[in-house]
Amino acid sequence: MAAATALDSLPAPLRSLRLKTKQQELLLRVSALALIYVLAFVVRLFSVLRYESMIHEFDPYFNYRTTLFLSDHGFSEFWNWFDFESWYPLGRVVGGTLFPGLMVTAALLHRLLRALSLAVHIREVCVLTAPFFAANTTLVAYAFGREIWDSGAGLVAAALIAVCPGYISRSVAGSYDNEGVAIFALLLTFYLFVRAVNTGSLAWSLASAFGYFYMVSAWGGYVFIINLLPLYVLVLLVTGRYSQRLYVAYNSTYVLGMLLAMQIRFVGFQHVQSGEHMAAMGVFFLLQVFFFLDWVKYLLNDAKLFKSFLRITLTCVITVGTLALGIGTASGYISPWTGRFYSLLDPTYAKDHIPIIASVSEHQPTAWSSFMFDFHILLFLFPAGLYFCFKRLSDATIFIVMYGLTSMYFAGVMVRLILVAAPAVCLISAIAASATIKNLTTLIRTKSKSPQTVSGKSSGSKAAAKGAVDQSLPFQQNVAIALLLGAFYLLSRYAVHCTWVTSEAYSSPSIVLAARGHNGGRVIFDDYREAYYWLRQNTPSDAKIMSWWDYGYQITAMGNRTVIVDNNTWNNTHIATVGRAMSSYEDEAYEIMQSLDVNYVLVVFGGVTGYSSDDINKFLWMVRIGGGVFPVIKEPDYLVNGEYRVDKGAAPKMLNCLMYKLCYYRFGELTTEYGKPPGYDRVRGVEIGNKDIKLEYLEEAFTTSNWIVRIYKVKPPKNRS
Amino acid sequence: MMAPSLSTAVSSVLLLLLAAAISVSSSPPMPEDSIRVISAEKRIDLTSPIVKVFLTLKVENDATAPEASQVLLAFTPTEVEHLAIVKATRAEGKRKKKIYVPLSVKASDLAAAPNGARLYSILLSTPLKPAEVMTLEVFYALTHSLEPFPAEITQSDPQLVYYRDSAVLLSPYHVLEQVTYIKMPSNRVESFTKVDPTGRAGNEVKYGTYNNQLPNSYVPILVHYQNNRPFAVVEELVRKVEISHWGNVQITEQYKLKHGGAQHKGVFSSSLLYGYSFETFLARLEYQSRPSISGVSSFKNLLARLPPRVHSVYYRDEIGNISSSHLRSDSHKSELEIEPRYPLFGGWHCTFTIGYGLPLQDFLFESDDGRRYINLTFGCPLLDTVVDDLTIKVVLPEGSTSPQAVVPFLMEQYLETSYSYLDVVGRTTVVLKKRNVVGEHNVPFQVYYEFNPIFMLAEPLMLISAVFLFFVACIAYLHMDLSIGKS
Repeated sequence: MAAATALDSLPAPLRSLRLKTKQQELLLRVSALALIYVLAFVVRLFSVLRYESMIHEFDPYFNYRTTLFLSDHGFSEFWNWFDFESWYPLGRVVGGTLFPGLMVTAALLHRLLRALSLAVHIREVCVLTAPFFAANTTLVAYAFGREIWDSGAGLVAAALIAVCPGYISRSVAGSYDNEGVAIFALLLTFYLFVRAVNTGSLAWSLASAFGYFYMVSAWGGYVFIINLLPLYVLVLLVTGRYSQRLYVAYNSTYVLGMLLAMQIRFVGFQHVQSGEHMAAMGVFFLLQVFFFLDWVKYLLNDAKLFKSFLRITLTCVITVGTLALGIGTASGYISPWTGRFYSLLDPTYAKDHIPIIASVSEHQPTAWSSFMFDFHILLFLFPAGLYFCFKRLSDATIFIVMYGLTSMYFAGVMVRLILVAAPAVCLISAIAASATIKNLTTLIRTKSKSPQTVSGKSSGSKAAAKGAVDQSLPFQQNVAIALLLGAFYLLSRYAVHCTWVTSEAYSSPSIVLAARGHNGGRVIFDDYREAYYWLRQNTPSDAKIMSWWDYGYQITAMGNRTVIVDNNTWNNTHIATVGRAMSSYEDEAYEIMQSLDVNYVLVVFGGVTGYSSDDINKFLWMVRIGGGVFPVIKEPDYLVNGEYRVDKGAAPKMLNCLMYKLCYYRFGELTTEYGKPPGYDRVRGVEIGNKDIKLEYLEEAFTTSNWIVRIYKVKPPKNRS
Repeated sequence: MMAPSLSTAVSSVLLLLLAAAISVSSSPPMPEDSIRVISAEKRIDLTSPIVKVFLTLKVENDATAPEASQVLLAFTPTEVEHLAIVKATRAEGKRKKKIYVPLSVKASDLAAAPNGARLYSILLSTPLKPAEVMTLEVFYALTHSLEPFPAEITQSDPQLVYYRDSAVLLSPYHVLEQVTYIKMPSNRVESFTKVDPTGRAGNEVKYGTYNNQLPNSYVPILVHYQNNRPFAVVEELVRKVEISHWGNVQITEQYKLKHGGAQHKGVFSSSLLYGYSFETFLARLEYQSRPSISGVSSFKNLLARLPPRVHSVYYRDEIGNISSSHLRSDSHKSELEIEPRYPLFGGWHCTFTIGYGLPLQDFLFESDDGRRYINLTFGCPLLDTVVDDLTIKVVLPEGSTSPQAVVPFLMEQYLETSYSYLDVVGRTTVVLKKRNVVGEHNVPFQVYYEFNPIFMLAEPLMLISAVFLFFVACIAYLHMDLSIGKS
């Protein structure tokens, strides 16, 4: 107001600078969006500020390594890259077994920055790719929200998704993983598709197909799209919402998207050959039949004739379809659903059938607490949003409802899929929040206006004033204000919670560990990098390192050495062989290691520092996975009365297997805590059972300063005497 | 000083005759043949991985000979290969009022001495007149001249090394009287060659006095002793100095470090060496009672001496920051103590990068002729290290012209162009390359160049215009109707 009056007093030419209401709204919207954009980027930088600009976790190290290769050698070499440094002696066809979207994106960004003569290192680009795309996601969320509800909901959705912990968990700086760009691509594809359905425009369908292509190139989660879209089309058909717009949108998106997706080598012809993609194809044919019938109906213009025609056509189509599917499946042309797909649909499947999937903590079913942790108030806003969506049902809201419900189911099956649900939950919650706040504010406004009109025109429009008074309940305005304050309080709590979660839970690189020392100072355990760098500098460049698969990517990326198995768990037998070696006696393990040309063995051990995710705690999975392929390894041999222990009461096989020996070698001489006997394991909280460990075929080569990583050299075979 | 005895006089006459005979046989006669060394003292310091030799020569020109403008030094081919630096001074005056005049030394292009020995000539500032006596102080440093033997040791072994040299001074001149002292870091001397008279006192071995040595005489000796000083060898060091006229000099140093001592063999036993480093949460009792007797020849940290007022120091390698470093700075110098990721044992490698910024006004000056020059220190800031291959790149600001480096020693120099943030034409870069660099090379050097300050504005203007164009484009877009159909 003050500004406006100040402007009024200005001379005429300057007064023309005064903005119209529409312009003001635009300015507000754009600046809010810009702020959200910056916020989404900045909130993900905690780890860079607290640690450094580095790549986190395990998989991102592979992505980083491939990106380096891509930017050094160019795309053609990258596409044909056969990697000798992993899965020794098998090797890995990298170009054909990865989703190249992320690497290509980062390499292009890097090249663009270089072209603008900004001399940034590719690592910085990789570290900041995920936050950058998260910021872009807020823009897509805004557009999507505007498409399904209104621009207010879009803004709220953008703000919610900018800080939603479920999304941040996978997109902090340094988390250079496929999901970082894939969520952007996923939401973009959905938005473009909904837009295409709403407009029936070929251009938007085309854009949607390209969005889908980008998604396919970036992440295996594209299967969600290729199944959700046909499901959505089916629902629209069933609810009688079929339209030409839908026909154009789905057909062009599907056909073009499929053709484009075939260009990705890792996906190949799965769109026409794999059971997981058949739903989309089925719906595609169904749409054609539907369209055909519609046309015939129009031509015949006779209900009775059409009915008999419908019966014949449907029978024919169903027979042909079933036959095709049956023959395809029987002849093996169409592959059955994979185990991973089954484990998505059925939470208990992996536990029984695929231990390697079940052994990963992010594949566990989600606990209620993590829903609360990752969504906070969105969990309550979500049903409210669904209510609003159902109240104003349209093609777009049906889509977002379906997206929300299916992704929520998957989020319940696997912890990591909370990520996929996050955009839907944010959008639906945004509808709830926006609609509620809008209703409340209109209430307040009408109330505050009506007394004015009443007082202004004393007897002008009594009826209208009376009507307004009659409609309103007692204390309506006060309640509305209270509710509004409550909504703001909740939203601010959400913001606080998100910042706290990001800072405390999701911003640790996991390769550098931080702990509080006795005197309250921060102690940094940089043992992983110490060990990897030692490997890189002081072992022969063709040395083969055996370790559990978790560390494979990091060893190849940071240690630059060949590994036997890594996080790309494509060959279960190979992993089982390593598991078998780890759980055998030293002499048996030596034979296995000799057959694999192993030069060094790397184990991770937390007994000194109390670092709990070490190899002794993972050991039972090695036994299980090893035993799954080699029946010689039996889990009960390592347990005492079904109990897993490492102290004196442990099973004899446990006390003498390779993993135990390597972890606890010379540990018996070390005092780890006051008042405890030497050889006290701080993770398990027991004194170890075998303190006198002699190694015959291996020798200690390197142990990091906090003993977290221990590297052993495999001795060459003895001379035959 | 003793008066020359009769025997020396006689022998000198004899030598003179001999010299005459040689000069007859080898034509043309060299004027320096008239020089002879009256007394020579060679002090070899073997306490560090770098062999430092201090040579005091008392030379005399023959009464009948012409003025001599140079004095020659001889080195064996292996010594030449490992020779890092030769410095010579001329001592003038007596006792307390002694002053040292630095002289320049260069590799002589004279024909090689016997057995491939190479000659270096000390260029005298004032020629040596006939029958004049002069005292020269020569210093030279040899790198990589200590050979670990045994070549492989375990963690608990001390490191023993061989040193090879000659008992007598290798010289193209007659040496009338000579003595050699070899100083070792400790009393533990395994063996040394005896060339009578030879004596040992504590950590010092004395060879000599030897009289009347013929030119080019060589008596090989071998000393085997304990040297536990860390053999830190920087195999390659690239120092990049970027000058910004906005007030900063950014220095980036990439090190390729190696422990050049005896190869580490077998077990690297953590429980002996470690334990100390994490006493914060480990029971200290156990390890305080057990002194770290092992890994004596390894090193855990290095000290870099940086200029004062250094800022934004970082220490990292290819896989990220290394969190163990300490910076102490006062008004005279800054000391950066760095710990590699792991302690270095013999034969282990380690690469890392140190970077820091410095205020421009401490280093950039304007010369009388209007040119600017930057005054930097040559060599490697790490103390007690040998640098096998040193490259210094001085990146001048964009738009600078006619660069010229002024360095006190000979080295390879060339120009290249490098690109950094927002560069269009690239920055002129002066590259200096030198092999075998030791601490004595840490002397100032200058790079002169011409620079027009208007170029400082180029990059900000570029940014401003880019942002401006962006807004213009936005305005244009909002005011244009690009739709094809009619509205």
